Amino acid sequence: MQYESPQSVDSAVSLLAAGADDARVLAGGTDLLVQLRAGMIEPALVVDIKNIRETREIAREDGGFRIGAAVSGAEIGEHAALKEAWPGVVEAVELIGSTQIQGRASMGGNLCNASPAADTVPALIAAGAVCRIAGPGGQRDEAVESICTGPGRTSLAKGEFVVSLYLPARPPRSADAYLRFIPRTEMDIAVVGAGVNLTLEASGECSAARVALGAVAPTAILVPEAGEALVGSMLNEPDLERMAAAVRAACHPIDDKRGTVEYRVKVAGVMARRACGIALDRARSQ
Amino acid sequence: MPKSKFHVVTTVNGDSVEFLCEPQQTLLDVLRDELHLTGSKEGCGSGDCGACSVMLDGRLVCACLVLAVEANGHSVETIEGMAHGDDLHPLQRKFLEHSALQCGVCIPGFLVAAKALLEKHPDPTETEVRYWLAGNLCRCTGYDKIVRAVLDAAVEMRTG
Ligand SMILES: Cc1cc2nc3c(=O)[nH]c(=O)nc-3n(C[C@H](O)[C@H](O)[C@H](O)COP(=O)(O)OP(=O)(O)OC[C@H]3O[C@@H](n4cnc5c(N)ncnc54)[C@H](O)[C@@H]3O)c2cc1C
Ligand code: FES
Ligand code: FES
Repeated sequence: MQYESPQSVDSAVSLLAAGADDARVLAGGTDLLVQLRAGMIEPALVVDIKNIRETREIAREDGGFRIGAAVSGAEIGEHAALKEAWPGVVEAVELIGSTQIQGRASMGGNLCNASPAADTVPALIAAGAVCRIAGPGGQRDEAVESICTGPGRTSLAKGEFVVSLYLPARPPRSADAYLRFIPRTEMDIAVVGAGVNLTLEASGECSAARVALGAVAPTAILVPEAGEALVGSMLNEPDLERMAAAVRAACHPIDDKRGTVEYRVKVAGVMARRACGIALDRARSQ
Repeated sequence: MPKSKFHVVTTVNGDSVEFLCEPQQTLLDVLRDELHLTGSKEGCGSGDCGACSVMLDGRLVCACLVLAVEANGHSVETIEGMAHGDDLHPLQRKFLEHSALQCGVCIPGFLVAAKALLEKHPDPTETEVRYWLAGNLCRCTGYDKIVRAVLDAAVEMRTG
């Protein structure tokens, strides 16, 4: 195995483009090292992106935030302004693993590992987050929901990697929330995850809403019908129930020891309603 | 040509340290097998148990999930840096006083993690202690004595 730690985006792209097809990006290593050590992968090249400035910064940009793909969970959790603007994204990040895992785990790694149960992905999709991808053809911006194509698979081409994620500027009375259901209180994999992002009019009417789910399909999914059920409403009980029905209809979960299909579908509706309630309280209290 | 061995220059417990390593070797492997700092333990090798907890540039991490080459130019603190000679860190004393250990395999990890907690939150609640240490597993003590030892050490460290 060859290890490289380039200092610039361009040299990382060159290394990845010239390397074998199984070359891997290394961010926090909390998925990659587990896979390496288990012999699940044997890449000929590992490119550590943590010495590239753009992957390590949290910066204000056009009223939103640009977050380096390799910024650790601990650093994200300590960023007060980011937490205030995007409490749901930050709470999803902070759910990842233990204190030790938080010291290294990144959003870029959580996304590109492409686990259907990855906690930050539904929250990022609900937030409308956009990835900046660098590759041999230059840089492009893509919505987070277009990155994962199946368990462990992404739409990134050879030589490409995610440099940063952008969370847009917030209109007033906007807030998000993420909730996951796990059988234990810590250190477990989501059976269902739900991210909700809302904006309210001064009247309290919902003017924008995005709802995304994790662990109920081969990738995290945006559920446009669930958001549509909320827009234009005062978020009363029947509106929330229509949203939950759209959520349940979008679920195609697996059946395993952690939850049957029927159970996951039902819990997805419950988690989405509760996350919606939290986002609503946050938006109203601004 | 890909290099097979890396020359790594790092700081371990304040001392400048150099070593050669293979790219796939973990920091835990090098600490234990090359630098003979065997206080950090390998319980699982997959990030689940925390027995390998060390500080990397002031952040608590699992040394089993860090490549040794990643330590190049960075600073590492291990359990071996916690006591000063025979002078134990208050956490170490409190673990002994509270009998917060049995076989002891998990204890270096708990101590390193608890020290990181008290540096950041000198006055944690019991719940905060339990969540902070959720990535440290112990098969012997049942955790209660560990939590009490940490809370007691926090009191002593605050009041001096
Ligand atoms: C004990 C433990 C508990 C965990 N708990 C959770 C949990 O509760 N919730 C959860 O969602 N996950 C959990 N995880 C999984 C893991 O910690 C997260 O997925 C984490 O966010 C991965 O980030 P990383 O920076 O460590 O990624 P890495 O391990 O560095 O990379 C992960 C994958 O993504 C690729 N990659 C990384 N960065 C990029 C990039 N910028 N561009 C392109 N490809 C990239 C890598 O090549 C690799 O394939 C846990 C892991 C452990 C060991
Ligand atoms: S040995 Fe590293 S977490 Fe268990
Ligand atoms: S004292 Fe034996 S594992 Fe903790």
